[in-house]
Amino acid sequence: MADTPRPVDRPFWTPGVLVMLAFMIAGGIALLVRFSSGLGAVTNLDNATPWGLWIAVDVASGVALAAGGFTTALLAHILGRHNYETVIRPALLTAALGYTFVAFGVFIDIGRSWAIWKPIFFQNHSSALFEVAMCVMIYLGVLWIEFLPAVTERFKHKLKFLVTLEKGLDKTLFVFTILGVVLSFMHQSSLGTLMVISPTKIHPLWYTPILPLLFLTSAIAVGYPMVIFETTLATSSLNLDSEMKILEPLSRIVIFTLGLYLALKIGDMLYRGTYTYLLDGSGESWFFLVEMTVGVVLPWMLLLSRAVRNSRRGLFIISSMIVVGVLLNRINVFIVSFSPPFEKVPYYPTLGEILVTAGCIAAIMFLYRLFVTYLPVLSAKKLEVEE
Amino acid sequence: MKFNRRNFLKAAGVAGAAACCSPATAGAWESDAPENPYACLVDLTRCNGCRRCEEACAEVNDLPLPDLSLKDEQVFDEYRRMDADQFTVVNRFFTGKLDQDRQPVPTYVKSQCMHCQDPACASACITGALTKHESGAVYYDVTKCIGCRYCMVACPFQVPAYEYNEPITPRVRKCTFCFQRVVENNEYPACASICPVEAITFGKRNEVLQIARNRISHDPASYIDHVYGEHEAGGTCWMYISGEPFAKLGFADVPEKPMPKLTESIQHSLFSYLWSPILLFGVLGGLMAYTNKKNKSQENDKGEE
Repeated sequence: MADTPRPVDRPFWTPGVLVMLAFMIAGGIALLVRFSSGLGAVTNLDNATPWGLWIAVDVASGVALAAGGFTTALLAHILGRHNYETVIRPALLTAALGYTFVAFGVFIDIGRSWAIWKPIFFQNHSSALFEVAMCVMIYLGVLWIEFLPAVTERFKHKLKFLVTLEKGLDKTLFVFTILGVVLSFMHQSSLGTLMVISPTKIHPLWYTPILPLLFLTSAIAVGYPMVIFETTLATSSLNLDSEMKILEPLSRIVIFTLGLYLALKIGDMLYRGTYTYLLDGSGESWFFLVEMTVGVVLPWMLLLSRAVRNSRRGLFIISSMIVVGVLLNRINVFIVSFSPPFEKVPYYPTLGEILVTAGCIAAIMFLYRLFVTYLPVLSAKKLEVEE
Repeated sequence: MKFNRRNFLKAAGVAGAAACCSPATAGAWESDAPENPYACLVDLTRCNGCRRCEEACAEVNDLPLPDLSLKDEQVFDEYRRMDADQFTVVNRFFTGKLDQDRQPVPTYVKSQCMHCQDPACASACITGALTKHESGAVYYDVTKCIGCRYCMVACPFQVPAYEYNEPITPRVRKCTFCFQRVVENNEYPACASICPVEAITFGKRNEVLQIARNRISHDPASYIDHVYGEHEAGGTCWMYISGEPFAKLGFADVPEKPMPKLTESIQHSLFSYLWSPILLFGVLGGLMAYTNKKNKSQENDKGEE
């Protein structure tokens, strides 16, 4: 067991970290305007298009791209593939940070942010959004609990009570692991149910009663690519070993998960006959074609090649394509496909909306860097000898 | 410790199996629509576009009053929608119909919340701030609202409006069906009582629907044979009859199936009694116990070698 997680011994304040900080400040300024003058002052949202970039990217894509957390936990802890253990902590950390900012995205997007607790007491069980909210709320707690061992491991020598906490966690963590997977299945799918209530507003290329199944399978499919994507980013920026020994076999599983998603997409299209919209030259058809070819078909075909899988660069490119594909899918479902009957101006995000979203992504990266610097998260070996 | 864990996983497996045997679906979807609520019929052949309904609505709801001066015909030049400070609007349409002097004849259309029998907004609302009242009104309770705007996403008629420039306490805004007047004071809705040409008929839905059918059958030459709202979105409490096709008058093309039916069927068949999460929990627990045991015995084998 040479590869145990340990704090990364690299300087924290790098130019990259300062750039992230700049984005966070810019996003923060836009948020000041949102909380002093209302959503209308920062966003292009209106009565026709009540949901925009924040819901599509910060919330919906945030949930999907945090799927690395439950998919790796499922593989290593439930299916017993302990050789994947080393990617779990970083995946859990990104998931925990991701969901924290999903919650933050909801907090800033709802008009009455201070009332965010109300769904706990005023429950509407027919609302898919209610279920999503409850699952995300509980899962956010579960994720941080799952990540706690990294904290207890680091500080138990200084703080006695952490030893007790660690023992308690050791006994109970498996409950949270299973719970995390169950909650993920629930809300990943229900996030897709959200738009099923608006059949007249969603373009037929995306509108299907199996949207929940497509959201679930695409989240599962993007889980490992996201792990490969972020591991490669982290190991190359921190100058660590690439961990290809684990990432390549992970990518082989994606052949099946992404293949299943692709099969469902094609099957649904054939069943509903929506291929007639495929080449009609509309903006929607182009978005759909890019989403499917760049995000699903091409990376799936590339994954079949052993040579591509074994190349670090190749694997990174494939994973990035799948990540972008799922991101684009959520943007398409929540923004591009949404055309209300009495729309005066089509929605596009303002600079303020983009700054807030960019600021949130920067904050996730900033905190990730902070956590891996001071807590035992990453296991990869350092490349050059410095000390 | 191992003992606890194994027992727990076993219990989880049993719970899962039990959940599996319990009825998986909670039965077919059922409408929550009130039997015979209040309703309004708008006869578009009568409306002359005076916009007194807009004025009455604004007065009753403490909204900014519209300018009804005769010179104000140009408000009709632009197609208007309801907004946070306007719960009903009248628009003018030229459908190509000509009078004796070959002049185009306008058709005026009043819009407001349709007060669906099975409202998508109420089904979508995360906290149940929007509910279908037995009187027919789709009622908004601001004290429950968190401002998520899912109601606006869900509404097929694109009715609910939002106070986007209110930073802390924005509200969803829409026609209340004059809830206070109708339910508490036994009065007509403001628009229905003010209309000088009796274009709006207020009453119980079944009777109002009968009036609509009678008008069409007594004068089939003047009416399209369609009561908009009788079946649209599963039926609405505001209904329209017209001499011109509804498609030419800016009416939304809405399916006849109640909008919440599909999503509520999905939600209830998957999650009633939380049967599927419990089952999944049991299956995963069983899997985890199995793989752990297998890994343990493999390790033991290695140790013996």
